[in-house]
Amino acid sequence: METPTKLPPSSPSSPTTGFSVPSAEKVDGFPRRSMRRARQRRSHSSSQFRYQSSQVELTPLPLLKDAPVAEIHDLFCKKLQQCCVLFDFLDCVADLKGKEIKRAALNELVESVATSRGVLIEPLYPEAIKMISVNIFRTLPPSENPEFDPEEDEPALEASWPHLQLVYELFLRFLESPDFQPSLAKRYVDQKFVLQLLELFDSEDPREREYLKTILHRVYGKLLGLRAYIRKQINNIFLRFIYETERFNGVAELLEILGSIINGFALPLKSEHKQFLVRVLIPLHTAKSLSIFHAQLAYCVVQFMEKDATVTEHIIRGLLRYWPKTCTQKEVMFLGEIEEILDVIEPSQFIRVQEPLFKQIAACISSPHFQVAERALYFWNNEYILSLIEENCQVILPLVFGTLYRVSKEHWNQTIISLIYNVLKTFMEMNSKLFDDLTSSYKVEKQKTRLHRLLPKKWSLHTRIKLLDERSSNIIEINIYKKTKNNNNNIKWIGDIKRELKSL
Amino acid sequence: ASGAQGPALVEGVGLGMAGADSDDSLYPIAVLIDELRNEDVQLRLNSIKKLSTIALALGVERTRTELLPFLTDTIYDEDEVLLALAEQLGNFTMLVGGPEYVHCLLPPLESLATVEETVVRDKAVESLRKISHEHSPVDLEVHFEPLVKRLASGDWFTSRTSACGLFSVCYPRVSSTVKAEIRQHFRTLCSDDTPMVRRAAASKLGEFAKVLELEYVKSDIISLFTALASDEQDSVRLLAVEAGVSIATLLPQEDLETLVMPTLRQAAEDKSWRVRYMVADKFSDLQKAVGPEITKNDLVPAFQNLLKDCEAEVRAAAANKVKEFCENLPEDSRETIIMTHILPCVKELVSDTNQHVKSALASVIMGLSTILGKDNTVEHLLPLFLAQLKDECPEVRLNIISNLDCVNEVIGIRQLSQSLLPAIVELAEDAKWRVRLAIIEYMPLLAGQLGVEFFDEKLNSLCMAWLVDHVYAIREAATCNLMKLVEKFGAEWAQNTIVPKVLGMANDPNYLHRMTTLFCINALSEVCGQEITTKHMLPVVFKMSNDQVANVRFNVAKSLQKIGPVLDSNCLQTEVKPVLEKLASDQDMDVKYFAQEAISVEHKLRFLLKPLQSVSPIMSVDRNHGFESNKTYNKTKLNPAARDDTLM
Repeated sequence: METPTKLPPSSPSSPTTGFSVPSAEKVDGFPRRSMRRARQRRSHSSSQFRYQSSQVELTPLPLLKDAPVAEIHDLFCKKLQQCCVLFDFLDCVADLKGKEIKRAALNELVESVATSRGVLIEPLYPEAIKMISVNIFRTLPPSENPEFDPEEDEPALEASWPHLQLVYELFLRFLESPDFQPSLAKRYVDQKFVLQLLELFDSEDPREREYLKTILHRVYGKLLGLRAYIRKQINNIFLRFIYETERFNGVAELLEILGSIINGFALPLKSEHKQFLVRVLIPLHTAKSLSIFHAQLAYCVVQFMEKDATVTEHIIRGLLRYWPKTCTQKEVMFLGEIEEILDVIEPSQFIRVQEPLFKQIAACISSPHFQVAERALYFWNNEYILSLIEENCQVILPLVFGTLYRVSKEHWNQTIISLIYNVLKTFMEMNSKLFDDLTSSYKVEKQKTRLHRLLPKKWSLHTRIKLLDERSSNIIEINIYKKTKNNNNNIKWIGDIKRELKSL
Repeated sequence: ASGAQGPALVEGVGLGMAGADSDDSLYPIAVLIDELRNEDVQLRLNSIKKLSTIALALGVERTRTELLPFLTDTIYDEDEVLLALAEQLGNFTMLVGGPEYVHCLLPPLESLATVEETVVRDKAVESLRKISHEHSPVDLEVHFEPLVKRLASGDWFTSRTSACGLFSVCYPRVSSTVKAEIRQHFRTLCSDDTPMVRRAAASKLGEFAKVLELEYVKSDIISLFTALASDEQDSVRLLAVEAGVSIATLLPQEDLETLVMPTLRQAAEDKSWRVRYMVADKFSDLQKAVGPEITKNDLVPAFQNLLKDCEAEVRAAAANKVKEFCENLPEDSRETIIMTHILPCVKELVSDTNQHVKSALASVIMGLSTILGKDNTVEHLLPLFLAQLKDECPEVRLNIISNLDCVNEVIGIRQLSQSLLPAIVELAEDAKWRVRLAIIEYMPLLAGQLGVEFFDEKLNSLCMAWLVDHVYAIREAATCNLMKLVEKFGAEWAQNTIVPKVLGMANDPNYLHRMTTLFCINALSEVCGQEITTKHMLPVVFKMSNDQVANVRFNVAKSLQKIGPVLDSNCLQTEVKPVLEKLASDQDMDVKYFAQEAISVEHKLRFLLKPLQSVSPIMSVDRNHGFESNKTYNKTKLNPAARDDTLM
């Protein structure tokens, strides 16, 4: 059994709570533009509105605070029922009176749940959950822009947000109320409810996802019976995202919740959790839209490592397997994540992965894209990583030496060259003997490749040159598979090689 | 990350080959085998793609005993390598010794069918399906079916999704006990815990139903279909729609109403637009599957609702089906249904707020005229066509124009011509060159329907204006258009209306326009025939051989080469050859090049003209055409004035 999660989310950025302005508005520097675009769009709530058969005329009810204590619950219930009526927000002037009555009622309910004690009695649970379900659960409409790019395009904003926000707010207050009783709620907030809640995470509206994130976190924290189910469904959403659709707007939010869930995992890790790491979190790195949720993903990965160091090898080998081949932007992200991982890696685990890891790092250093090379070279500015490298200098230096030496002579970017120079200097100070050995053997290697280039092209495949003793350079064994037509030619280049070797 | 351990085979072969200097032919095979383990993915990939060569060299025995076990072990490779491997193994039957041994291929494919990456898995399933047919009935039960069962009860969802695709290929050829097991497995997967597996099962439900005995379709499949069609996830429900259509085709008419219709009706009104979209998209198939009675009673109202759906995606999908749906209505009540039920919805769609809906409708609406006949078309459809011809979205107008032939057959195009003309003119001058290009392509069609008089009066000037468009693609299309017009209206018409204008452009100050003349001549010479070509075009071409722009001169050479087949040999010898010889000594090397090209072709042409008059010109022209177009690309000079000769 796992320990209960810490309730205040310990995730990278904690969800907004209360009445504060949703983050999307704070971030958006061009609210007018987004408003204009939002208006051009069809109502985001059309799918939902369709199912309202006939529009009911709302009449204002007495205020909750004016009602006698005996009638409060009854009135509360009536207001909840009133709020089940949905309005057409595409037509912004339609039924303004009704919209205002519902808004006022919602406001009142929110305030009542937030401030007064003893309001939430058992009969109100089904009514409240019903009202919430009717308002928030809907099939999300087709995306206006089939190639919606969350980084570039403005999201379609939910037209009915003035009401929807208050409904979400009420739900959140309801869950956070000191009167809230999980044993009562679990009858109504069941698996089906949670599944629908999770589907809403695909909403394009970041304000909505922000609320959903906080709410789901609270549900996870309070309703213990749903935990395994929630994790499983999140798994399914991710797997579908990775292998089927590559589209889901709420990946970052779900990962943020998971970050705090992982934090609460009991030790030793259950195999279910390890499987989640290896088969879901690591493959998530392959997504095209990685940049949108990479911070949250890396956080989750590091959380796992901090919980249980034995997963380190899985993680690093997984990342190496999915290492981006053409997208340099993603490569930089991967390098960032590797540094985060190395920051907390245990030395014993480091030894297990250092070889493949530093082969990849060497490949990054020789990337013609200077940001990739730079990001990789920054590892040597990290004291902890440096200490790991120093301890394993005998293994690591031979892996990267050739690259460093070559790139220091060839790279087009001055910054990279000076960074490499510093790295080489560090290595020289670490182990000057090894450094010198590598320098001389590198030169011999170079000579050898030059010899290889002397071979006529058509022979290169069929010919192996073995230098038995490079220093004496006298004994050469040349193994030729294919008999050549022109033996004179053959002899001629053997002579070339001998001459070259003597000059070494 | 490649398979680290070298199997005995590879060492054996590798060393064997290395030592055997005498056996040259096997050397490349040793290299390929070596590269199966190379660190470089690209080399491994190349090697895997030549796997059949390796197998062939090793022989069936060693392929079975050494190569396949090795491949089974290398399953932990890059997805790209695995994909290639999965594909290769599907064609490996002969390489392992024929159908008798085909089951040797199952272990590697089984592992591939469980990997995470969807494309690899799908390819493995495809290969498994392929080789399943090569199993004998006994082998199918002994080797193949147990594999399917293992996959179906795998721990991780990937193997279970793969299993879904394999049931239908083994079911028809196994004993009845095994059949019962297979049905049971399929049933289990339809209610699998993970939606991924349920989606896979739903998408194979129709296919599986087809191989089942009718009694089991009724007893098993219907309940599975009903369950999947009311799944909690819309991604599963929408896949059930297609299965529903397949199932409906299998059942006798009298069972449809009770067994499938309730579910399909519910799907048409599903709360998720994705499911409704799917229903709209499959509507014609559905209509054919359920027959005329159910169509009248159920599908007509459902179709109306889909045409009025609140989501544009659904309306557009339904609008696409309007013509097909109407065509397939039972004849006795077709007109009434269309007039009273469908047409009112169509009228609303004409002024829909979404352009995709309008343009979907515009692509099929003209087809209704053949169904409804002349009077109804004039009275009811014509106003709609006219409204769409004036639509703000060019795609809508284009779709109407592109389907004019249907209307022409029923009421004649004259009824439309008054509205047509402004629409065409507007499209012809649209700021987007792709729109202009699209309308040019319909010109020959329009010309044929509107007749030569109307064309000369209204459209000819447009066609000529395109020749001087500032976008090359338009000028090129305009040239091609002229050729098609001449094919329609004849050489005499060409001589009177087009040829003088085209030849007039030879004196244009812009060299691009002068080149257009040459391009037109290239296109027109054959359709205009020898007389016009020799009399009118050739002199102009000759004159242009003195042009000051080298691009024009080498295009003269190319033109002469092109029109050569149209000319008689006397003319070639006495007139064309001297001009080409003059160009061959031009100071510009490109002009020289193309002139020499033309001379050599011309030479062959004259040589061949006698024995093979009909065949050889086409051959030689054709062959040179491909070659020449490459050259044009390379040889276009970087003349400053040529800068606008690019696609915008």
